[in-house]
Parts: sequence; structure tokens; C-alpha cells
Amino acid sequence: MTTAAPDHAPKYAQLSLPDRIAKVMPLLLVPLLVIFGFLSIGSTSSWLTLTVSGLAMGMMIFIMASGLTLVFGLMDVINFGHGAFISVGAYVGISALLALESWTGVPSLLLNVAAVLAAVIAAMCVTGALGWGFERVIVRPVYGAHLKQILVTVGGLIVIEQLIQVVWGPDEIFLTRPEMLKGAVTFAGAAIEKYRLLAVVFGLVLFVAMRLVLKRTKIGLIVRAGVQNGEMVEALGYRLRLVFIGVFVAGSALAGLGGVMWGLYQEVITAGMGEEMMILVFIVVIIGGLGSVEGAFIGALLVGLLQNYVAFLEPKLALISNIALMTAILMWRPQGMMPVVKAK
Amino acid sequence: MSDPILELSGIHTDIAQYHILQGVDLTVPRGGVTMLLGRNGVGKTTTLRTIIGHWQAKSGSLRFNGAEITTMPTPARARAGIGFVPEDMGIFSDLTVEENMILAAASGPLNPARMQWIFEAFPPLKTFWRSEAGNLSGGQKQMLSIARAMAEERQLYLIDEPTKGLAPAIISTMAGALRDLKAKGASILLVEQNFAVAKALGDTAAVMDDGRIVWAGEMAELASDADLQERLMGLSMEAH
Repeated sequence: MTTAAPDHAPKYAQLSLPDRIAKVMPLLLVPLLVIFGFLSIGSTSSWLTLTVSGLAMGMMIFIMASGLTLVFGLMDVINFGHGAFISVGAYVGISALLALESWTGVPSLLLNVAAVLAAVIAAMCVTGALGWGFERVIVRPVYGAHLKQILVTVGGLIVIEQLIQVVWGPDEIFLTRPEMLKGAVTFAGAAIEKYRLLAVVFGLVLFVAMRLVLKRTKIGLIVRAGVQNGEMVEALGYRLRLVFIGVFVAGSALAGLGGVMWGLYQEVITAGMGEEMMILVFIVVIIGGLGSVEGAFIGALLVGLLQNYVAFLEPKLALISNIALMTAILMWRPQGMMPVVKAK
Repeated sequence: MSDPILELSGIHTDIAQYHILQGVDLTVPRGGVTMLLGRNGVGKTTTLRTIIGHWQAKSGSLRFNGAEITTMPTPARARAGIGFVPEDMGIFSDLTVEENMILAAASGPLNPARMQWIFEAFPPLKTFWRSEAGNLSGGQKQMLSIARAMAEERQLYLIDEPTKGLAPAIISTMAGALRDLKAKGASILLVEQNFAVAKALGDTAAVMDDGRIVWAGEMAELASDADLQERLMGLSMEAH
């Protein structure tokens, strides 16, 4: 016999208006910052240039940070070695681009795009494979031990940086972007670099694709559930360890992709570039909320925009602007804007 | 009597420096409900978590359907046919009710006939199908937790205090669903502090104390012997 639930079963809790506003508040921060930038800068053309530049920078940081936040959320692993994948990705990708100079040096959109695609694929394949090896050799023996994780992953980062110098030499490598990505377009009196526009579009497409995978596929569901309660996911019959390895490899490949994009953005690469970027990447992961891809996306845009606005308005403050942002957000929400994993 | 579905022999489990299970010997018959009873802190939850594999037994033997599973990882135990409803319900609160159920069907899409049965047992799940599970009430979360275990056919269900903190009306819904599950031939190992529910559902019972099974037998025998209850658990069912 089946006993139906009684009519007076508790009803779905309706959130109050302030609670609903508080829930979407992180989403409003980006437009609020853009408006603040517009009011502070005064000149529309400067504001537009800085905004596109900030969004492009934010998108690239998001690409580098998205894998790290999932890795932390899924298996509670703090991976300082993530920066190594950024550097290796940049070196492999830029090497591929330099080898394909005959494609990048001509003003042909088709050849330029093909060269960039080849560079991106090469970088992602190498950093994905490197990530797989890094997880097996360095991360796996230290599951559950945060201090050891920090020590061995920093060690791994240093070793890989030294290996980059052995393979590519100690000097920085300068490069020029493919012909069709050079120059700027003019819009509303503002000169906007083509590459920055491309980075914004590419970052947006990647974010939407990532959201679709996480929201609409079973593997995405497993990842999201695993970030919240890995033990329960295993009790339902899923091998979370395999999922984690997959996420680690994908996160490493994305870091490699971010490295190629950042290298093309700066037009110079160094072995230590990944390590330098990790400061911003960690800020984004922390203010976004551990384990949250959406939080990392919003955090990355805030970091990118704020850095560009402050560098224009008060250059001396640019260096501390992101640390100040992190402090302010953690005072407002100690677990980050959209935490999935509760602080341990 | 048919072969037992689950046998624990001399199971010892440590959690950090604490030696919690100190030689558990337990047999769960095939079909029906076995109640695992005892005071708080005697090792009931640890026993269930050791069976599903969240905590590994330090020594002893765990046999499911006659096969040794002592060192088997948790996902393999689940795929072998063991369902688990933890004490904290283990709901994925940022996922919708629908997404929680889709995940519960690990071997393929949700079975419409089973879903029909689940919706009949727990109508609120249909109402809040697309709502975030974290916004459900405590009783609805417990319904979802049990429904998730029911989404696929399992041979053995490990259920930890499903009526804890729930209103009497919801408890009756839970009891009805568990009775349904039992009628379909499933075996259930149920930890329960509510003696009225234990008495109504249990076929057999095992009582734990200090990390060991100190009594095992028919539930009816335990329910009818106030002295035995007093001696084993320091309680009398007549009081409940």
C-alpha cells in the first residue's frame, strides 16, 4: 500500500525580496563596476577602450581559473602547479605559431585562423597530457593533505619552469600576432584592438559552452554534484576519481589555452608568466567562491575591469586594486560570491 | 531459510584514532526489514558507512550475495546493488529535484514506471520537480533522499534514521514508502530511533552496544519483552 503525502505537507519556501536581491547581487557587480568606470573616467572613448580591454583580460583569466576552481571543489586539491600549465601552453602554442610563420605572416583570415587553431590544439594537447602526468605523479600521493599539496605542487611548478628554460632557453620570446589580428577597429571614437574583441567573444563562447556541459549533460551533473558531496556521488555508483582526473586534464588544457591567449595578448612570453598569473587566478577563484564556475567568471571580469580602470585613473593603485577587491568581497561574503564548496 | 544477502564477520573500523566498530557480526536476511538499534554513539551509522565503503574496515569480512566486498570501492558496491540513504540525507542542494533523480539513475535514463511509483509515494517531489533541492523542507529532502535510492532497483537498502526530526504525518509517508519497498522484495537494513516505526516495520532486529552486536533476533520478540529492551538499550518500547 502506498501512503500519499498529506495535503498539509510543508510548502516550498518563498524567498523574501531582500534575499532574492542578495542572491543575484554578484551578477549586478559587473554592470555596477562598468557604470562606475564610465562616471569616473569621463571620456566615452577611453572608457570603451578600457572596458573592452578589461573584459578581454577577464575572459583570459577566467579560462585559466575555471579548471582550478573545479579541481579544488571536486577533490579539495590546492594546485599551485596550475601556473606551469599556463607557461607550457604559451610556449607550445607560440612555438607552433612561429613554425607556421608562413600562415601567420600573410593577410589571410583563413590561414591566420588555421594557424591559431593549430597552436591552440597543440598547446591544449600538451598541457592536457602534462596535467594527467602531474595528477598521477605529484597530486595523487598527497590527497587530503593541504600543506603537502602546497609544497609539492609549488615544487612541481619550479621544476617545470626550469624545464621550459632548458628546452626554450632562459630568454623571453617576443612574437607578433597574425596579420589579421593586428590593428584596431574604431567604434564611437574609441580604438579597440581586434585581438581584444576576439578574446572577449572567445571567452564568452567558452563560458557558455562550459555552462551547457555542466548544466545539460550527465557528466556535468556528476561534476556539479561531486563538488557538493563527492561521497554521495560515489554511493550512487559513479567513480569520482575518474571524473576528477578528467576535470584535472581538462582544467590543465584550459590553462594551456589561456597561456596561448595571454601570450598573444602580451606579445611576449617568459617561463615565469604562469606563476605571475597565478596571483590573479587565485584571487578570482577565492572571490568567485570555491568550486563555482559562474563565480570565477564574474570574479575574473571584476578583476580585469578594475585593474584597467584603476591603472587609468590612479596608476599607483593598480597593483593593489585586486587585493583590495578580494578583501572587500571577503568582508561582504567570507566564502566568496557564489560558493559551492563550504570553507573547510 | 535462503542465503543471507549480507554478512558481516568480525568487522573492526577505526575513525582517526578512535576504534569504533569492535568486531561486528551481523547477518541481514534476504527480503524484509532488519532494524539496527542501539543508543546514540554505539556504532550504527559507522556500520552502515562501513558496509557502503565510506569507511574501510580495518579487519573482518563483509560478504554481499555471498561475494567478498570488504576491500571493494564504494562505487562498485553501489553498482553491485547496495543503495544508501545517509543520516544527513546527502542531497545535492544546488541541483534540482529532477537533476538529483537523474543522477540517481546511474545505469541509464529514469524508468517511467519506477518514477510513477515514486511520485505516488512522494507527491511533493512531482510538485517541486524543477526546484532546487536546497529549498525543500526537511521532510521533502528526506523524501528525495529515499526516492533517489529507489530510482534504480537495488537488492539492499541501507537507510540511516529516515524519520529523524520529521513531523508525524511525514513519518507515516516514509513508513508507507519503506513498506512498499519491502513488498517489492527488497532487503532493508534500517537504523531507526523511533521505536514505533521500528516495531511496525521490522522483521528482524540487531542491537548494538560499544561497537558490537549484543543481541539479534525477531523484532516481535524484542518488541514484546520490556525487560530485554531495558537491558539492551536502557529503554522500554512501551514508553514510545
